[in-house]
Amino acid sequence: MYGINMAKGFLVTLKNFTKKPFTVQYPEERVKQHPRFRGEEFVWYEERCTGCASCAKYCPLGIIEIVTTPSETAPAQGDKYRLELFDISINRCMFCGLCVEACPYDALYMGSGFEQGQYSRKEMVIDIDHLRQADKHPSTFFRPQLEETGYDPRGGRPLHWQDVGREGWQWHQREKMGMRIDRPVPADLIPSDPPVDSSFVEDSPALSASKIEGDAE
Amino acid sequence: MPIHTEPMTVNIGPQHPSTHGVFRLRVTFDGEEILEVEPIFGYLHRGTEKLAEERNYTQIVTLTDRLDYVSSMINNQAYCLAVEELLGVEVPQRAKYLRTLTAELQRVASHLMGIGFFLQDLGTLGTPLMYGFRSREKILDLFEMLCGARITLSYMRPGGVFFDAPDDFWPALDQFLEDFDIEFEELERLILENEIVMVRTRGVSVLPLDLAINASVSGPTLRASGSDWDWRKKAPYDAYDRMDFEVPTATGGDNYDRFWVRMQEIRQSIRIVRQCVEQIEPGATRAEVPLILRPKPGTESYGRVEASKGELAFYVVSDGGISPYRMKVRSPSLINLTVTEHLLVGWKLSDMIVTLGSLDINMGEVDR
Amino acid sequence: MNCVLGSDNILNDTVLYRVIYEAVGNVLPCGLSYVVAGLAMMMILVNGVLVGAGLFSWVERRLIGRFHNRIGPNRWGPFGLLQPMADLVKLLTKEDLTPKSADRLLFAIVPVAMLAPVILTMAVVPFAKDTALANLNVGVLYILAVTSITSVAIFMAGWASDNRYAMFGASRGVAVLISYEVPVVMSLLGVVLLAGSMSLDDVVSAQNVPFLLVQPMAFFVFLAGISAELNRTPFDLAEAESELIAGFHTEYSGVKFALIQAAEFGAVLTSSAVIVTLFLSGWSGPFSEYFGWAWFLLKIGVLAFMFSWVRATLPRLRIDQLLAFAWKFLLPLSIINLFATALEVYFLRDDAGTLATSDLWVMAGINFGVAFACLIIFGTLIKEKVRPARLITGDTLSAVEAD
Repeated sequence: MYGINMAKGFLVTLKNFTKKPFTVQYPEERVKQHPRFRGEEFVWYEERCTGCASCAKYCPLGIIEIVTTPSETAPAQGDKYRLELFDISINRCMFCGLCVEACPYDALYMGSGFEQGQYSRKEMVIDIDHLRQADKHPSTFFRPQLEETGYDPRGGRPLHWQDVGREGWQWHQREKMGMRIDRPVPADLIPSDPPVDSSFVEDSPALSASKIEGDAE
Repeated sequence: MPIHTEPMTVNIGPQHPSTHGVFRLRVTFDGEEILEVEPIFGYLHRGTEKLAEERNYTQIVTLTDRLDYVSSMINNQAYCLAVEELLGVEVPQRAKYLRTLTAELQRVASHLMGIGFFLQDLGTLGTPLMYGFRSREKILDLFEMLCGARITLSYMRPGGVFFDAPDDFWPALDQFLEDFDIEFEELERLILENEIVMVRTRGVSVLPLDLAINASVSGPTLRASGSDWDWRKKAPYDAYDRMDFEVPTATGGDNYDRFWVRMQEIRQSIRIVRQCVEQIEPGATRAEVPLILRPKPGTESYGRVEASKGELAFYVVSDGGISPYRMKVRSPSLINLTVTEHLLVGWKLSDMIVTLGSLDINMGEVDR
Repeated sequence: MNCVLGSDNILNDTVLYRVIYEAVGNVLPCGLSYVVAGLAMMMILVNGVLVGAGLFSWVERRLIGRFHNRIGPNRWGPFGLLQPMADLVKLLTKEDLTPKSADRLLFAIVPVAMLAPVILTMAVVPFAKDTALANLNVGVLYILAVTSITSVAIFMAGWASDNRYAMFGASRGVAVLISYEVPVVMSLLGVVLLAGSMSLDDVVSAQNVPFLLVQPMAFFVFLAGISAELNRTPFDLAEAESELIAGFHTEYSGVKFALIQAAEFGAVLTSSAVIVTLFLSGWSGPFSEYFGWAWFLLKIGVLAFMFSWVRATLPRLRIDQLLAFAWKFLLPLSIINLFATALEVYFLRDDAGTLATSDLWVMAGINFGVAFACLIIFGTLIKEKVRPARLITGDTLSAVEAD
């Protein structure tokens, strides 16, 4: 009425004029990124991977391509599959994180980057060599054991495959060596405790999955 | 000398700064006045419903993110409710609260964006939009803490939410609620009762209640016309039955009332968020369901929520396989658009843009 | 040394011109130095306005950024000062498109026709003591005449583009310009009455009290009218980017677009300069003998800030409301103001027809009273339109239904 409310509006904008801007100068300064951030630069630990291709099956877009052959080098040590191909074409990836959720051995992690602009689509495919050689800064997305350690992928050191597992890595290694042992029941399945992650249950397809997508085009 | 005039047909969109996505209106003008309106959409059709038939139940959550991409959380919620009904799964208490909380935060974010663009269409050069985005950014930061993403969240899963909130989420939420009160009050003072906004929007494009009901318009658009229909009250889902909140309604049914109802709903949403923070208790956040779901053959369910734009519902039919036999999305934006012609004819070009803004449509949801 | 301007020459009053003329006259023949000095003045004027426009585009973007609580362009040069240069280079390298069905000649003339009045306006504005490029004795009239060329240019742009959005913008622009010309002229009459002259120099020297205080209503009307003519919010209907994409210059690109933008930003500056001269006592202030230009620039800066502030805060009016605002609000206001001023001048002036400073203060008091009364009256008249909404919750609604 009588322009009073407009005058109030003018005061509001004037007040904001004197405030510190809430935006940041992006390349120089960045907003704080939560460790759970689902980003590019997938982190993959070959040592933990069994080649079960759960991630590939669970990807809504089918952008993960895995080709395995029976291992010739160390079958005696229980190394059943050798990974020929592990391609993630991130040009179509929507970073939903379902592959990470599906991985039963905690071998695949989301990354924390978001700055992988490329000039051609071919360069947008992360292949197995790239995954092997990349600096491993895994995101804590769907990995409570990492979150408990307070790990921050943006600032923290690269993690070794022995540091990131849900269970002790010795167990994992023994299973890889071919020793059939009872899997320890995850703490979240013990009824008295509040479950931390209930997707990690026995009838999960990831565990029963044995079919390997063999032939690449 | 008689002056010869003739009506002029103009294509507003699909490439137009304020059609809120790729929406096209073929409008016939007499001078500035609108004679005919023909809304044309489908430019953003991605076949979500068909895609859903090819994916398993958990994967579809990622598709629902992309329907109304400014309120992904509520889309997730509606879909998960449908699948839970299909499976007969009971959601843990904490998950219900987390869902309510995040859905209300998402409603705030969505309304802030709706209001911002509505006022942008009124010609404010983005000032309220920027103030709205300032608060929305903080909500997105909270979402990033919860699930690692800011827009396409995929936070919820059939049977709960994918993970509990991290420890630093709760202090951050408290901080946000504190800041938001100040920022929102600023926004209210800036624009809510601004004389120019009033003059521009009061009595413009009135949607009468009977037409609104007949066209099954829902959400703030319906409540601005005088009905207090809100699924959160009428058929409470998740934790809404334990929440104390009001449903703001107005009787005018004009552009201003639609804008005003949204502003008030933000306040109520914040109220709900506060109650969630008070009432939430530790516990499981996800029912023990497998990753691959197989509902019984022949079952069907209808999960509906009060989304930020109106009644959002997912109708899911199972044939016993790992993916639904059919999934139908009842998207509020599409149905709210059916009254476009009634709202626009007889008003001016400037009003047309503002009315479209006040309906707060989202083309991702309209075209699916 | 040997070249001296005759005292009857109109340019004799312009100190700057005389200085250049005499300096050049040492080397060149008088006739040639007359031309050279003229060209030099032209260069100063054109470049001053264009550089000012570029600078203002940066200033406004920074200011609006801060009003939005963000930073604004700051990448190029210190504080982003070179941003206008970057924009210009970008626009120059862009393809200069002309629509196939456009009227090519008209289409090409428009940018120049828009820029010319902006620069021409600056010619009569004194930016320090005796430093107007041409001290016309009909300065006010000249400004009004020159600025109305813009409406022709806008309509030319709309017509030549053969684009319906452009046509919308152009017809809106012309309607607005024609409507707002009337209250603007009426409000200026009050100033002219007070100063007793149409020469801008005389207007400045007559402002012992800034006319902003003496003529608050005229100032408001003039400001509103100028905002409308400049296409700035809340009156930016001819461009209305959310409705008409870019209004009359939808089809312009490349260097033509750059010129139109320069004209728009330059117009804000020249209009500010005119307002400063007419209402804010121009270059006068403490030490104005030497620092008149500084006062002038400072006042322009304040006004430019105000323009940005308004642009950042207010929404846009609708076309019918905009025209109603001109005819039903601004025009009565300016007539009331003119009437009041005329009466006051009639009763307060002395025998020589001049007004003492004390008289100006008396008039300021009366005019503020009149302005306040007008605000109350007009505010009450539109009361019904701007009433706030009532909160009706579910409970009260069911109670209403039960009745």
